[in-house]
Amino acid sequence: MSTITDPPQGAFRLSMLLNDTRYRSYTFQFIALILLIAAFAFLGSNLISNLTAAGLNISYQFLGTPAGYDINQTLIDYSSQSTNARAAFVGILNTLLVAFLACVTATIFGVIAGVLRLSNNWLVSKLMSFYVEIFRNIPVLIWIIIIFTIMIAVMPGPRAFRGDEPSASMILNAVAFTNRGVYIPAPIWGPGSMVVVATFILSIVGVIGYRRYATKLLYDTGKLLPMGWPSLAILIVPTLLMFLIMGRPIGLDVPELKGFNFAGGIKVGGPLIALWFALSIYTGAFIAENVRAGIQAISKGQTEAAGALGLRQGRIMNLVVLPQALRVIIPPLISQYLNITKNSSLAIAVGYADVTATLGGITLNQTGRAIECILLLMLFYLTISLSISAIMNVYNNSVKLKER
Amino acid sequence: MSDTSANSVAFVRTEQVPPSPPPFQTSGPVKWAKDNLFSTPFYSVLTIVAAYFIYLILAGILPWLANGVWGTTSLAECREVLDGVSGGCFSVLSERWNQLIFGFTYPSELYWRPALAFLIMFAAAAPVLFFKLPRKLLIITALFPFVAYYLIWGGTIFTPILALLGVVVGYFVYRRLVAGSFAAGFFGGVAAAFVVWIIGGMLIPENANETAMLQAVPSRDLGGFMLNMMLGVVCVSLSIPLGIALALGRQSNMPLIKWICVIFIEFIRGVPLITLLFVANVMLAYFFPPGTSTDLFLRVVIMITMFSAAYIAEVIRGGLAALPRGQYEAADSLGLDYPQAMRLIILPQALKISIPGIVNIAVGLFKDTTLVSVISMFDLLGMIRGPILASTEWNGVYWELLGFAALLFFVVCYGISQYSQWLERQLATDHR
Repeated sequence: MSTITDPPQGAFRLSMLLNDTRYRSYTFQFIALILLIAAFAFLGSNLISNLTAAGLNISYQFLGTPAGYDINQTLIDYSSQSTNARAAFVGILNTLLVAFLACVTATIFGVIAGVLRLSNNWLVSKLMSFYVEIFRNIPVLIWIIIIFTIMIAVMPGPRAFRGDEPSASMILNAVAFTNRGVYIPAPIWGPGSMVVVATFILSIVGVIGYRRYATKLLYDTGKLLPMGWPSLAILIVPTLLMFLIMGRPIGLDVPELKGFNFAGGIKVGGPLIALWFALSIYTGAFIAENVRAGIQAISKGQTEAAGALGLRQGRIMNLVVLPQALRVIIPPLISQYLNITKNSSLAIAVGYADVTATLGGITLNQTGRAIECILLLMLFYLTISLSISAIMNVYNNSVKLKER
Repeated sequence: MSDTSANSVAFVRTEQVPPSPPPFQTSGPVKWAKDNLFSTPFYSVLTIVAAYFIYLILAGILPWLANGVWGTTSLAECREVLDGVSGGCFSVLSERWNQLIFGFTYPSELYWRPALAFLIMFAAAAPVLFFKLPRKLLIITALFPFVAYYLIWGGTIFTPILALLGVVVGYFVYRRLVAGSFAAGFFGGVAAAFVVWIIGGMLIPENANETAMLQAVPSRDLGGFMLNMMLGVVCVSLSIPLGIALALGRQSNMPLIKWICVIFIEFIRGVPLITLLFVANVMLAYFFPPGTSTDLFLRVVIMITMFSAAYIAEVIRGGLAALPRGQYEAADSLGLDYPQAMRLIILPQALKISIPGIVNIAVGLFKDTTLVSVISMFDLLGMIRGPILASTEWNGVYWELLGFAALLFFVVCYGISQYSQWLERQLATDHR
């Protein structure tokens, strides 16, 4: 036997590099390394000679120079005298803002549509599959432009709100949809408002504590405390009391028609609304499919077993089906969130000042620093993507079925 | 006792009573509606809300479609004809049809060429999509890239012939050498093709372009839905082999190759397509040898192909991972080497599992071709937003144009996804 398993003794021959499995992988990796180095050297030398020919260099000094352009929607202080780095930062915050908003609403749309698509109601389930098919099969850029067009072409101008018999009116006298954007009331934080906010945060902690206590009591003694209305009471009553005691410190700055435009309140620009709504309704269709697949992945036997134990419909859903379905739903859901973040770069098509539009758009065009701008842009998106993937891996490991 | 029943029983029914129909409430449409629309109060409310919603949509769209105007030459004229009635101004579609499909700079007397290429595409795609068709038809598929290139770009016929020649020579060299080892066959074939192309490139006469049979059309003249179709078809076909290679590389036990593939895939998947298109637009030119000018179309094809290859690689990796370990071990125990095991045992099964995922990527890629309008290429959406909506005649015809674009994309994407479901059913060989 040993004659067979012993490696053949003999001098090393050159053909062994290709034919002997012990050496072959080294040969291939060596060739790959040479090719890789050659490719990088080729691209690098091209880059250097092209840059010298164009009289350019790689430098990030432009980040410190004044940007020289205005941004219509900013979350932090910004003027055209601010630096390019600050413009990029404004863009990053805007990207994160629209991504966050769209993630929240897309989840809501997706869960509702996914659950309703499985309902026994024929009309509703057909309507929901229509929604899913329509939105999944039409490019998101077209949806963004359609909704943006609705925002600028269908919404009334501020002029329509004036006069004795205006053709448009504000909703609840507080929200105005105009072709320049949506005006919503802004909160005014008066003195003492921090106390109210602190009370509210404490009540949230209190609600969580109460629910924990009720669950523990249920498991220990079998005594069932009511959950719904006490939670609601703990949440609202103390804050409301404190609000009245402190003399109503939080007010609302309602937008008003002044001159040719609305003043006061917060203006949410049309591009933001268009991007937000289009992304959430488009990604909602994908999330609906994930939710449906997740719920359908739970075998009917689970529901029936829970029913046989005497659980009610709502408890079957909460205690048996959802915990198992979430394990299937959450990984694709997070990758949809990632898609939303990446698709928010389409903001450039409607003029929303996200990081692609500021750093990769105006700054790039004004300074001509194409390579630097695009590298920074990619770095930003890579950071976001890799951190979301890292979170997802941690989550996946924590919910992984503990098998043999 | 002895009496016949006729005497003792007052009445005997002599004929069968026909069964009476079930009660009105438990059959037919009423029962169906009760079960499917109004089973609980909550569902009843939902049904009514949904019905009202559908009514609102139809009430908005149907008159608009029915009153649509065809055959006017501008929006103002169209509004005159409509006279205040709500209706679509579809004449923009018929008037600008050629621009929507072919872009605004493609020579109008040459429209037949891309149209012919489009028709041949169906013949070329058929044997790939439907396995039951005769295999001989694959010859059309093999010839299609060269024919389509020549039809769309025109120019000298030497270019496609030379390309074809290189591929044929490479194929025969591969066939010669593959018996020895797959690697030798593959790299030998590629090298032979390159040799043919380089030698042939020197032999093509300088003035070939001027004496061309078909007039040359530069890539920047491509546009409209044709551009979307071309980008979609070219990039999907190129990215599937590249994606397979990346997926295998990521599974490889050679650390260097594995890490090259991992970094490439994760990098591409981590950035939005639009930044890659920016790279194609403003940055890639710096990486080409000085003095060469590659056109934007080629640069965009490179970037979109890389983009979708990374996603396809992940889908195929899922397929490879889903195969039971026993398949790999069985291949090893049969004495197959790596290329044989992959070609004969692993990939056929892994690709079958990955088909739905690959089709999803293909649909997503086709939708993403609209993004090129952001880097000022005039694809369908770029044509609509640029030349057509900016023209004095049609400034303000949003819904007809955007609806048309949405409809075109919907038809193609929905068709592809229906095909994939059909294919899945065809390939389902397991017993469920």
